[in-house]
Amino acid sequence: MVDMISRFKTLLATLALVVLAAIPAAHADDLKPLVDGLGKSGYAALRQAVGALAATGDPAVAPILQSLSTGDLYVRKSDRAVFAATKAEDGFKLTDPATGTDAGTATSGEIDKIKVNNAVREAVTTALGSLTLMSPDIAKRRLAAADMFRNGDPAQISLLDQAIAKESDAGIAATLQLARAAAVLKSDQPDADKIAAIHVLQTKGGRDVLGQLTAIEASSADGAVKTAAADALTSIRGTLKLWDGAQNILYGVSLGSVLLLAAIGLAITFGVMGVINMAHGEMVMLGAYTTFVVQELIRNNAPWLFDWSLAIALPLAFLVAGLVGVLIERMVIRYLYGRPLETLLATWGVSLILQQAIRTWFGPNNREVGNPSWMSGAFELGNLTITYNRMWIVVFSLVVFAALMLVLKRTSFGLQTRAVTQNRPMASSMGIRTPWVDALTFGLGSGIAGIAGVALSQIDNVSPNLGQGYIIDSFMVVVFGGVGNLWGTLVGAFTLGIANKFLEPYAGAVLGKILVLVFIILFIQKRPRGLFALKGRAVEA
Amino acid sequence: MTSFNQSSPPAPVVVIHIRQSTYMLHGTIHRTVPLTNEPGIAFQIARSRLAIVASQPLRPAETPWKGVEQGELRPMSYISRTFGAIATAAMIGAGATSAIAAEETIKVGVLHSLSGTMAISETTLKDTVLFLIDEQNKKGGVLGKKLEAVVVDPASNWPLFAEKARELISQNGVSVVFGCWTSVSRKSVLPVFKELNSILFYPVQYEGEESERNVFYTGAAPNQQAIPAVDYLMSEDGGSVKRWVLEGTDYVYPRTTNKILEAYLLSKGVAAEDIMVNYTPFGFSDWQTEVSAIKKFGSAGKKTAVVSTVNGDANVPFYKELGNQGVKATDIPVVAFSVGEEELAGIDTKPLVGHLAAWNYFQSIDTPENAEFIKKWRAFIGNDKRTTNDPMEATVIGFNAWVKAVEKAGTIAPDSVIDALIGVSVPNLTGGFSTIMPNHHITKPVYIGEIQDDGQLDVVWQTPGLVVGDEWSDYLPDSKDLISDWRAPMSCGNFNVATGKCGGKGS
Repeated sequence: MVDMISRFKTLLATLALVVLAAIPAAHADDLKPLVDGLGKSGYAALRQAVGALAATGDPAVAPILQSLSTGDLYVRKSDRAVFAATKAEDGFKLTDPATGTDAGTATSGEIDKIKVNNAVREAVTTALGSLTLMSPDIAKRRLAAADMFRNGDPAQISLLDQAIAKESDAGIAATLQLARAAAVLKSDQPDADKIAAIHVLQTKGGRDVLGQLTAIEASSADGAVKTAAADALTSIRGTLKLWDGAQNILYGVSLGSVLLLAAIGLAITFGVMGVINMAHGEMVMLGAYTTFVVQELIRNNAPWLFDWSLAIALPLAFLVAGLVGVLIERMVIRYLYGRPLETLLATWGVSLILQQAIRTWFGPNNREVGNPSWMSGAFELGNLTITYNRMWIVVFSLVVFAALMLVLKRTSFGLQTRAVTQNRPMASSMGIRTPWVDALTFGLGSGIAGIAGVALSQIDNVSPNLGQGYIIDSFMVVVFGGVGNLWGTLVGAFTLGIANKFLEPYAGAVLGKILVLVFIILFIQKRPRGLFALKGRAVEA
Repeated sequence: MTSFNQSSPPAPVVVIHIRQSTYMLHGTIHRTVPLTNEPGIAFQIARSRLAIVASQPLRPAETPWKGVEQGELRPMSYISRTFGAIATAAMIGAGATSAIAAEETIKVGVLHSLSGTMAISETTLKDTVLFLIDEQNKKGGVLGKKLEAVVVDPASNWPLFAEKARELISQNGVSVVFGCWTSVSRKSVLPVFKELNSILFYPVQYEGEESERNVFYTGAAPNQQAIPAVDYLMSEDGGSVKRWVLEGTDYVYPRTTNKILEAYLLSKGVAAEDIMVNYTPFGFSDWQTEVSAIKKFGSAGKKTAVVSTVNGDANVPFYKELGNQGVKATDIPVVAFSVGEEELAGIDTKPLVGHLAAWNYFQSIDTPENAEFIKKWRAFIGNDKRTTNDPMEATVIGFNAWVKAVEKAGTIAPDSVIDALIGVSVPNLTGGFSTIMPNHHITKPVYIGEIQDDGQLDVVWQTPGLVVGDEWSDYLPDSKDLISDWRAPMSCGNFNVATGKCGGKGS
């Protein structure tokens, strides 16, 4: 008897093995006509084919759809068969997308790329969402859940229920609940369920929910569901309004940090030394181009260093811009101290020369400066989207400011600089070599503009015109904050940034900027020396 | 410097165009090497007594033009006093060994900014014209004469465009000018071309609402770019968009195009509250508020798209912000009219896959004509990664049409060429033909492309046939009655079909 049972068990196990082994093969054969369906012309047909593939529920479909959306699938003209193709020496190497087996080669004339548009891409993400919902990979599940929430397909409710039951990660389970609620709202389930779903969505809040609920509110007939949706909308809108205020402050701080970075070098050359330096923007540009050159070298020689490219570019940009600054001071500006008008014209000429030199050297086109991985993308904080590059620039600008303060207040060079700018003859008689201090101070201001360029290369064009966009703003900040006072520059930059961002949503970008300028002009009328005026005899000198 | 009369054979003479003045170099010239296939533009004179500032930036790749051992530059007037007729002799290009009379070349003016903000876009078009002239000269020139380019640099300065246009036509005696990018530069040169009766080929998409006898518009009018793009997005394949953000830079092209688009969308039954219009200044770089406003506008439960007429440099930070804030093309697609392969060269396009651009040409279009053009262009420019773009194709069409019209007319006299140009049909690079219509606009196919992760644009949709450029939009109340026909007997750029009179808007 025992023997019989064990034999029976063996038999069962063997059977199961046979069946299991047969499944993938059978699937691959079943998939073949469906995969070839992708080769039909027309986006509508392509979307249908994607849907048909997804309906099989076979996990093998996911990589096929993936390669469809990345544009790696091709159709052979002779028999309309679909292949995954990779570029080989002479033409393309074909593989069967379902089984991954080799399918020979083809020249580029024999096959056509299957073109996808946004609608097809969307169909693919929906399909992938349902296919990877049970994936063992947590990251894939998270993506899939988010996709399901965005699409809210009523046909998937039962699948979602299964997934919710199985899900171990709390975050993903919450997203799945939302996806289920979104799907329920679009289905024909009873009103009570729908209202429950609305409450689920309302607790989540945020823009995505707002979009889905607005659609529901607009499409559903009068009744309990519509009222519930309308109530939920009012409450979500109220919360979002508060977040909008926070968002404006955040954007203002971000704009302020950019202004601070651009202006901080000028606060030295113009603010401390009194040189109206129109070539300041070009120092920023030199810094940005230094970053480009560094990145280009890294791309070609040591790609693994890419995430460090900015760290490497920083000291180099400081040196390059600082050196150019010292040169300008030695060759032009030192002959023009005390003659602001001539300085203005001469440095403007220098700025044109630098621009055209860069244009001649690097060409007039934008140069690509990549974002290292830690500066790409964004994260959500409540209903705020904070982009990493902006966040790091805020941090960076404050670090630069602190470092500069430290140099000016705590080093002997800083002491000499302050002495020279406050009372030149006295400093000179104390044995300070004032011409050298002038040159180095100008170099310091320019070098800081250079490192600002490294940061700005992350958010703006790297083109010969980069600097021009910042020169007016920089002067605005320095004059507003108070000439000769670094704290003024800090406060000025953030005030103007935040004011600008609060005006922009109401007045628009163009009028907003005009209003800020008008405000500054009026302010300067009232307080000619800016926010933080220097006091004492030094001012009169 | 007496060697000029005495030496036998006479020392080579080279005329070099440097900004306004024509200088003459003479002395002992052992060998001259032209700036790669760009005749008559610039020669570097090593160890000369006077340094030559070339009329265009010298690029590092092209600097080693050596060979001129000694030389001296004298203003033309001085030479002409001394040597009379010889002074008019022009020695161009590689054939710097014998004199060719200036009358034997046909001069072609190039009026594109080589410095300043617009240099980023316009420099390529200057190179394109030089490339086309080179190609044409290889085929034997036009009417048996070689073509000679005269390049000036209006430096992105609009009034300077008019001055430089006048200089090209009256001082240099060019027969045709290829130039301008922005509408304001075109408006600035218009009176000059009218007064001096010359021909301008304008190769850039523009807002329409203009048709002048002396100008041929080979770029797209709004109905050849903006309206088909909107049509595509409204279709099922394009995502059945119901809500529209019209985002533009604050100047005439976006404002007029958006006015036309708004009228068009309203006529298609889009509600006024489903359209948002926003403008930003030139070179705008802080797009945080705008992008979040777009996200907010897009969260109203209807499919939303952005129609972007954002110009030039502002596009890079705009797309970076879109990418960083995670606005995906599948959620809110952005269709742009000023973003081409050149602009995308400065951005990492991976987060932007699926955003759209509407043009009449894409580098990725797979035709033998295009492959041939790209190959020759890259060989000419000496860079096998150089991109091509839509305004380049428009320049090609304009240039070839001009050559054909001159050959048809048998003369370079402006009036004859202007008349001959109408009806001229030349192959475009997308496998079809473009014809110059009586309204001085041309017929073009319209393509919608989606940005790919390699920075190229893949065509996802195209108009079934060619679209005729419509100079006066049918969707603006004060121009819908106007038509343009420069053929006799009408010969009018703004004929009002309601009043039956030739006159401006509303007359």
